Amino acid sequence: MTIKIQLRGLRKRFEVKGRSFEALSGIDLDIEPGEFFCIVGPSGCGKTTLLRILAGLETHSAGQIELAQDAKEKPGEAATDRAMNAMVFQEQSIFPWMNVRDNVAFGLKARGIARQKRYEIAEPYITKVGLSGFEDALPHQLSGGMKQRVSIARAFANDPEMLLMDEPFAALDEQNKLLLQAELLRIWEETRKTVLYVTHIIDEAIVLADRIMVMSARPGRIKEIVDVRAVFGRPRRVEAVKSSEQYGEMFGRIWGQLRDEVAAASAEQRAEADRELRDEEAA
Amino acid sequence: MSTAHSAAEAAPDAVKRARWLNRANVERLLSVLSPIVLLAIWELAALFGWMDTRFFPAPSEVFRAAWTMLQTGELWANLWISLVRIGVGFVVGAVPGILIGLAMGLFSPVRAIIQPLVDATFPIPKIAILPLFMMIFGIGEESKYAIIAVAVIYLVLINTVAGVRNIDKIYLDVCKNYRASNLMMFTDVALPGALPMIVTGLKLGMGIALLVIVAAEFVGAKSGIGYLIWNSWQTFQVERMYVGLLVSALLGFASAILFNVLERILIPWKHH
Repeated sequence: MTIKIQLRGLRKRFEVKGRSFEALSGIDLDIEPGEFFCIVGPSGCGKTTLLRILAGLETHSAGQIELAQDAKEKPGEAATDRAMNAMVFQEQSIFPWMNVRDNVAFGLKARGIARQKRYEIAEPYITKVGLSGFEDALPHQLSGGMKQRVSIARAFANDPEMLLMDEPFAALDEQNKLLLQAELLRIWEETRKTVLYVTHIIDEAIVLADRIMVMSARPGRIKEIVDVRAVFGRPRRVEAVKSSEQYGEMFGRIWGQLRDEVAAASAEQRAEADRELRDEEAA
Repeated sequence: MSTAHSAAEAAPDAVKRARWLNRANVERLLSVLSPIVLLAIWELAALFGWMDTRFFPAPSEVFRAAWTMLQTGELWANLWISLVRIGVGFVVGAVPGILIGLAMGLFSPVRAIIQPLVDATFPIPKIAILPLFMMIFGIGEESKYAIIAVAVIYLVLINTVAGVRNIDKIYLDVCKNYRASNLMMFTDVALPGALPMIVTGLKLGMGIALLVIVAAEFVGAKSGIGYLIWNSWQTFQVERMYVGLLVSALLGFASAILFNVLERILIPWKHH
């Protein structure tokens, strides 16, 4: 099987206020085509940075990224016309001044697809996320969950080769989160796109992922990769997964890996806050 | 639907009255009543000589003067010429203000060039340049257009720059991630994103324009609402002066309504 995303020795250094620190320290990773890959880690471990590098929003400092381009599917369409990736952001990222239809069709417009055609392409995705009838609504008329649905539809409608999702449901309440997880799974089953999904919630990762990568505290390294496929098949039902015995075991195993890292991360945050306080007092 | 409707119709009068006399309606009523009561007190005070009518003529006298001036066409003529001055000057100032502001907001070299000029000249009271403009443009209409334009351009420009720079960075990330062109970033993100601040700039600009036009017409004109006020003072026709004040207040009121409508049309997403 070919590899969709191949990372070798990926590093990222940041300069903040003259201090340089390492966000990612040598990530080696192979992700298969059509895989749902989750990344969990303590806050500040560089998981979002990894996603932003893949999205082309940030550059890496060292190492290699190889992305396998799909063969062109339709005659007359150059392979490069397809979007390589689309990102779903954690915070509200749909444009407040565009209605749902224009928001969903944004990526298509950026690719120069004519208005009529892009609305045609967008419509089924609006339906898929359960927003048909809201095409003309502006974002302020929608709830938080509906806004994130628009954001997901926008990403899928652009038909990218992979989806990069950065804690897309973090701002939602628990019930809406469960609903949207199930919906995301359903749409993903239909399209089988490669998904990279960052979260800090272990449950969410187990329910969604084929594999889960546990990251260390800063500088981010791979601590362990847990194969969920071996335990939970597809298609998957959120309730079935959560009520199974293996679920508890898997949760325990991942938390066991994560606990020390979270402790290390918060210790470092404390140290940093301390240093800043001292700096301020000195100034 | 019919059952609920007929139930409401069958409600006793007392309930209906209570519903009509809710808190919002009472407050609305009080807001309408308070100026009327004030005018009535003023009228009585003038009538019974509690107030010096040389400075505070009775409202009825002011309205009578306004009526006469309306019939002779004098009021319309002065109002119209002021409106034209404001209108022309406003457009001449606002359009370049928005364009330069957008360019400054998007491109930092443009900002580096223009910002110091703005910072250095903004604090000059705009009316202080009027003599200079009258030297350059003559005492005709052009000097009025120019002084209004200068007053308006600063506020529009400064607010437009702030509007563009305050656009949430995430929207630019989305553009980049979806590989939107620079043109699309400008038309679909920068312009609508900055629009609320641009409209605020236009509003403030209009406020300043009203201020400046009256002052400019005090000294440099033989027509307009400002001239009407100044001339009435010189000839000690206090009622006419009050008519001028009333009209300038109405102008400010009308422009506020106009901009509220404009806001509702241009930026419907900002109303929540």
